[in-house]
Amino acid sequence: MSVPLSGTSALWVLVLGSLLGLELIGKVPPTLHTPLMSGANAISGITLLAALALIGEAPTPALKLIGAVALGFALFNVVGGFLVTDRMLAMFRRREAN
Amino acid sequence: MVELSIELGSVLLLAFGLKGLAKIRTARTANGLAALAIGLAVVGLLLQQGLDGWPWMLLGLGIGGGLGAVLALRVAMTSMPETVALFNGCGGMSSLLVAIGAVQLPTPLNLVGQVSVLVSVLVGAITFSGSLVAMGKLQEWLGTPGWTLRPQRHAVNIMLAVACLVCCVLVLKGMAVTLIPLTVLSLLLGVGLTLPVGGADMPVVISLLNSYSGVAAAAAGFVVGSELLIVAGAMVGAAGLILTQVMCTAMNRSLTSVLFGGALGAGSSEAGDGAGGREEYTNVTSCSPEECALTLEAAERVIFVPGYGLAVAQAQHSLKELARLLEQHGIEVRYAIHPVAGRMPGHMNVLLAEADVPYDQLVEMDDINPDFPRTDVVIVLGANDVVNPRAKSDPASPLYGMPVLEVDQARTVFVVKRSLGSGYAGIRNDLFELPQTSMVFGDAKQVLQSLLQELRSLGVGKVAVGSGSAR
Repeated sequence: MSVPLSGTSALWVLVLGSLLGLELIGKVPPTLHTPLMSGANAISGITLLAALALIGEAPTPALKLIGAVALGFALFNVVGGFLVTDRMLAMFRRREAN
Repeated sequence: MVELSIELGSVLLLAFGLKGLAKIRTARTANGLAALAIGLAVVGLLLQQGLDGWPWMLLGLGIGGGLGAVLALRVAMTSMPETVALFNGCGGMSSLLVAIGAVQLPTPLNLVGQVSVLVSVLVGAITFSGSLVAMGKLQEWLGTPGWTLRPQRHAVNIMLAVACLVCCVLVLKGMAVTLIPLTVLSLLLGVGLTLPVGGADMPVVISLLNSYSGVAAAAAGFVVGSELLIVAGAMVGAAGLILTQVMCTAMNRSLTSVLFGGALGAGSSEAGDGAGGREEYTNVTSCSPEECALTLEAAERVIFVPGYGLAVAQAQHSLKELARLLEQHGIEVRYAIHPVAGRMPGHMNVLLAEADVPYDQLVEMDDINPDFPRTDVVIVLGANDVVNPRAKSDPASPLYGMPVLEVDQARTVFVVKRSLGSGYAGIRNDLFELPQTSMVFGDAKQVLQSLLQELRSLGVGKVAVGSGSAR
């Protein structure tokens, strides 16, 4: 929050980020649909950055609490998401080793 | 400068992570890279803003991260789809809360910031309630009530959407209070959009909601002015859309028919032209596990077709045990994996991997379809729509055109099923009435267990025959 973005440069970031996302995923084997969805879902929990920023900026405890709850939800998504994805993928790995 | 390089590094890692997740060889490392990227991003942010408010941060970390870890490590592989839905919903909720918190900060937001708050609240709330409904439907806590399928639902959803827009305009005009009705209305809209979607289409909806949660994160990035958050959110949003499209293609469904067409089969049964799911089965043969075991014992090539019923019954380990017994008897055993068998693409792969089924025995649809005519016994375990021959033969069927496993080509087919109820999509299955098909009624796990017992009492597996024992 310390560096206010100019509206236009932030929009550039948005557009280029979207294009990158479109390019990154081409063909996905059906086996990986579920893990990929789960992994991408964990990444979307990156909104925890916004929650941290909110806690840092918040002047009142009430607002900090909102930030903390938001952080909790985001971390639930991130930590759970990555772990669950890893559990799924670990099975493929073990199977290939056989 | 340090903070900037950390942020850039984290974006790069995220991009590589997302790319690597789409390939089997790299997927697990890629998942770790993406997790590392998020960790780095947090470090970068904390370096920038300091540790002010750390007790609150610890509180969120302890409760949210702790619960997430416990759930992720404890949850059964069978309920993976609903778990992903739950995680996804919480991400949406987080964006929603951040936006609501941000408007109460003393620093006033500019127009871009205000619009971003609105997007964050709207999309975050839809993601949250939509994901919870999706989870409820996958857990079978929620059905598809008939009234949600009436055409009027579109009018209700449109009214909700319009009301949301009105609230947005009011917020922009300075009435920050209207954020509260906006939140409530968006939550309702999420429910209204997801509730009519049939269970068979749920994976697509979860993938789409996953894309939404990326959009909500990007919007939160605008609110707090973080490029990293915008890039990551946009990336996930776009990648989620692609994945949604890929899944739709695998099921031969268009996104619009998934979202607005209502549950599969519900419409056709009302049409009453005989193509619906309410029609009674007339020519069904059923048999006991004992008869099934006798046929199995004499077979040379067996293919198992696992479906959601297997997942519900937690029968993957019994299945693996049965397969091993058959192999010891010299019988060739394989598994036919339909891309959307179960409740999520790849669901069956994950499930059978958990039971240590060798990778090379799982054969994908296109590779195994030509083999069915020379297969002695096919055992369908709790799968229904993915083996329905009507998808090939009946242009009036809602399934028409969906690629299916051609098990009707095999010499003998056993369908293990709890009852003759229609499949998840609610469509009648002609396979059940074919002369070579026998139904074995019962819970997949119990049936497999009794098959095991019958085969053992027949002496199968005691004396090793053929090369199967060499493994």
